[in-house]
Amino acid sequence: MKDTIVAISTALGKGAISIVRISGENAIPIVNEIFMGKDLTTAPSHTIHYGYIKEKEELIDEVLVTIMKSPRTFTMEDIVEINCHGGIITTNRILEIILLHGARIAEAGEFTKRAFLNGRIDLTQAEAVMDLIESKSDIARRQALGQLQGKLSNHIQNLREKIKDLLASIEVNIDYPEYYDIEIVTIDKIKATSKELLKELEKLLEDAKSGSVIKEGIKTIIIGRPNVGKSSILNSLLGQEKAIVTDIEGTTRDIVEGNINIDGICLNMIDTAGIRNTEDKIEKIGVEKSLSLINDANLILLVLNGAEVLTEQDLELLKKVDKEKTIVVLNKNDLESKLQEKDIKDFQVVSTNTKEEDGIRCLKEKIKDLFNLEKIENIDTTYLSNARQVSLIKKSYDILMNILDEIEKDLPIDMLTIDLKNIFDLLGEVIGEEYSEEIIDHLFANFCVGK
Amino acid sequence: MEYEVIVVGGGHAGCEAALATARMGHSTLLITGNIKNIADMPCNPSIGGPAKGIVVREIDALGGEMGKNADKAALQVKMLNTKKGPAVQALRAQEDKIIYPQEMLKTIKNQNNLSVKESLVEDLIVENNKIQGVILEDGTKILCKAVILTTGTYLKSNILVGSEKKAEGPHGERPSKFLSESLRKLGFTILRLKTGTPPRIEKSSIDFTKTSLELGDNISHTFSFENKVYYDVENQEPCYLIYTNDETHKIINNNLEKSSMYGGYVEGIGPRYCPSIEDKVVRFKDKSRHQLFLEPESKYYDDIYIQGFSTSMPYDVQEKMVHSLSGLEHAKIKKYAYAIEYDAIDARQLKQSLETKLVENLFTAGQINGTSGYEEAAGQGLIAGINASLKLEGKPSFVLKRNESYIGVLIDDLVTKGVKDPYRLLTSRAEYRLLLRHDNADLRLREYGYELGLVQEDNYQTFLQKKKDIQELFKLLENNKITPTNEVNSYLKNQNSAELKDGITLYNLLKRPEITIEHIKHFIDISYDEEVCYQVEINIRYEGYIKKALHEAEKMLLLENKKIPEDINYEEIPNIASEARQKLAEIRPTSIGQASRISGVNPADISILMIYLRKRERND
Repeated sequence: MKDTIVAISTALGKGAISIVRISGENAIPIVNEIFMGKDLTTAPSHTIHYGYIKEKEELIDEVLVTIMKSPRTFTMEDIVEINCHGGIITTNRILEIILLHGARIAEAGEFTKRAFLNGRIDLTQAEAVMDLIESKSDIARRQALGQLQGKLSNHIQNLREKIKDLLASIEVNIDYPEYYDIEIVTIDKIKATSKELLKELEKLLEDAKSGSVIKEGIKTIIIGRPNVGKSSILNSLLGQEKAIVTDIEGTTRDIVEGNINIDGICLNMIDTAGIRNTEDKIEKIGVEKSLSLINDANLILLVLNGAEVLTEQDLELLKKVDKEKTIVVLNKNDLESKLQEKDIKDFQVVSTNTKEEDGIRCLKEKIKDLFNLEKIENIDTTYLSNARQVSLIKKSYDILMNILDEIEKDLPIDMLTIDLKNIFDLLGEVIGEEYSEEIIDHLFANFCVGK
Repeated sequence: MEYEVIVVGGGHAGCEAALATARMGHSTLLITGNIKNIADMPCNPSIGGPAKGIVVREIDALGGEMGKNADKAALQVKMLNTKKGPAVQALRAQEDKIIYPQEMLKTIKNQNNLSVKESLVEDLIVENNKIQGVILEDGTKILCKAVILTTGTYLKSNILVGSEKKAEGPHGERPSKFLSESLRKLGFTILRLKTGTPPRIEKSSIDFTKTSLELGDNISHTFSFENKVYYDVENQEPCYLIYTNDETHKIINNNLEKSSMYGGYVEGIGPRYCPSIEDKVVRFKDKSRHQLFLEPESKYYDDIYIQGFSTSMPYDVQEKMVHSLSGLEHAKIKKYAYAIEYDAIDARQLKQSLETKLVENLFTAGQINGTSGYEEAAGQGLIAGINASLKLEGKPSFVLKRNESYIGVLIDDLVTKGVKDPYRLLTSRAEYRLLLRHDNADLRLREYGYELGLVQEDNYQTFLQKKKDIQELFKLLENNKITPTNEVNSYLKNQNSAELKDGITLYNLLKRPEITIEHIKHFIDISYDEEVCYQVEINIRYEGYIKKALHEAEKMLLLENKKIPEDINYEEIPNIASEARQKLAEIRPTSIGQASRISGVNPADISILMIYLRKRERND
């Protein structure tokens, strides 16, 4: 009825052990055919068995086989995991044999897809698995894991419960209008609950920014006019962290110059048209062009030469950037300062020179401050981690604002229930308890279903 | 064959069903155990209330009888929830229990194509899964093309008082003993349900000085869009409010085991939303009192109905309970309270048209489908009658959607979710209740009623005029502007409304929360009648919210319009959870929308089902 799928679940390479995972109706019989040891078809669920994988009469590897029977498994189907010896050749050989015996290779994310479709995990959890697989840093991994465990779902569920309680008491008042003893839901109660919810959603949206920082990294650009020392700052940042410098192109429209990991958070250095190579490129592409890059970035490092009087171009850049996300880096502080303090008084400023490490460390501290990285690292927060979730919460937030607005205008309760119900549904959509066309489309897009 | 349609049972469902088939031109026989009990009100002496009152309006809009009949028998009328907004307002009328059945019987007797016969139906004639007729208790066979069962509480009913159990229906009538057994043999799942009714008190034995007065509204209302007022607004019968007290609760607690319910004498499941007084005392221990209403039953006899005091206690305990109530210390009980249990079928074995899935041309409506309430019964009766007629005419069935009527919500709930306890309609069951208002039932449904042939020409013309007037008034308000003159601004200031800086259309002025159509009349002559003005006012004032509700409804309709092919084989769909698979196969929903409302079918199952259907479409 349904294909049995197989994949190598561990990273291929040097590990001592690799795991080959099979899921589907025929998982157990297929492995049983190639297993020398106990009869796996009669093995109880959630047991481990020692034996050998064989193909015809040839012994391939000495293995441990885990049998997990439907429905108490990740995909809710029968799952067999073969712990074999690491190394590409052995692992691949076992994979090939299993494919020969009737399984097919799993598509990317297909185990997760099945877990979702079989009702084992909800949408946020499915999204979390995707995040987990793609996570770039340890904190990102922890966040995804938290979501996988249903932290976000639980939080959203709690908010929904609050709305449900409020709605229920309003409904009782409507359906039993003459039962005077039932607590009359006054507008005050709706107001209070709405305000409370508003705060919660505000926090979720605020935290979402950190969430995306964790997941996506901080999009960082270094700007400044030629010869102020941008490339040397970039190099010392990169050099100190021994980051991998690659030109990754294609996945995003940015050209990533390199990744720098600051205490678990990833700085994605965006190349403003090749600052490393041609110092005067900014002039060539013009300020206009680099402006869009400036707007897009989460962090701007504006490099000024402290040993020179600011030029018109410097002042122009200072005017154009968003102060909230900019750090002014005064380079060449080993030379005498000629800078006018008033021009940069509203900015976060770091003085540095590339000869000493202090300045660079200072810069890193400033970055951590600016993004609240201490907090992200230490507090176990529930994060919204994708645009779909954020937009649904934003919509809910706007509706709550509207409720508070309309209450002041004496809007009758039956109208307010429409808004409350709407928020209840939107929050349900976040965790996949309500469905809409969009969710189905989302499924098609992200899980390649329907092929 | 003398009759095309046989309606079994003459309660609120049966009356609507029989009138509908007869009016749609099909010779109909209504069979009832006792003609005296046609349109009987064996329980509360009122019609309407939240959601239910709107159902009555919908019945009237479609050309049914309940609204008109309730207007003729009204004793006291009240609009409920007036302060909670237009969406949840509903009419409730105290009704005369003598007049109501009398008037309905008159209508039935005057109806062409409709005959009434007194007898009990004990079996159905079914050939090749198609209904052929009924067999009466004396063995007489009557053949027909369609049967509508509206048996109420009379299927194998037992009256329960304390430990006593008598096999009879309300008023000591004979129940049908074998019909539910023949339904079981045809494959129907039979449920056992229970309901109850409170004691009736002799009016002259009550000391009303210890009660507080509950009066009707001082303006007249009607259920029917014909707007004929039969009652005297100045002289409405009053109701009275009293409360239970510690003593009442003590008596109940001390005698709990003597009640049929707690003594274990009842098999049926009682209604959650209309519990007996012993249930209330047990379940809400922290409440020191419960509210009771003393309601008149008729002008022609002086029984007072104690609303909220239904019980299955033995007579001696009932005496004590009643006498513990303030004002009723010396009350004389004219009729004791009782519980009644009866058979019903699982409504999930019905199509949306109320035709059974098992037997072609067999329809069911009312309590047999697991509902409680006169209004719920009447609504189903009307729809069953309409669909039986359409079926005989070879036309597609008439199904009201959840966004266009409470009747649609009711029937969809029944056939999709089934019931565990007697189902009561609540406003919260409707997702789009802002669209399902008391005031716009005709705008929603009149056209249907006319097309079906149930709405008379003159009523339809009145409706068309109203629609036209509404459009004109909208235009009038849109096309007329006022400017910030001194006169205008001083008037607005007097109404606590902000002064104008620029010109504004009257349409936009009416959007201000403090401005009503009455204020608008200060600026322009409006000659349209009140209903038209109210309609326009609501639609302008709540335009934003109505749009939201319409948008939500459209989203639902998208799912509703995703039809599930009749030949779908749920076994073929991979991944669906086994519970969902079983429920889907059993209920066989006609659309994704309906499927999504089945309990036990999860969002993930719906996703899979939609994916399966998309693939199937692609392959076709």
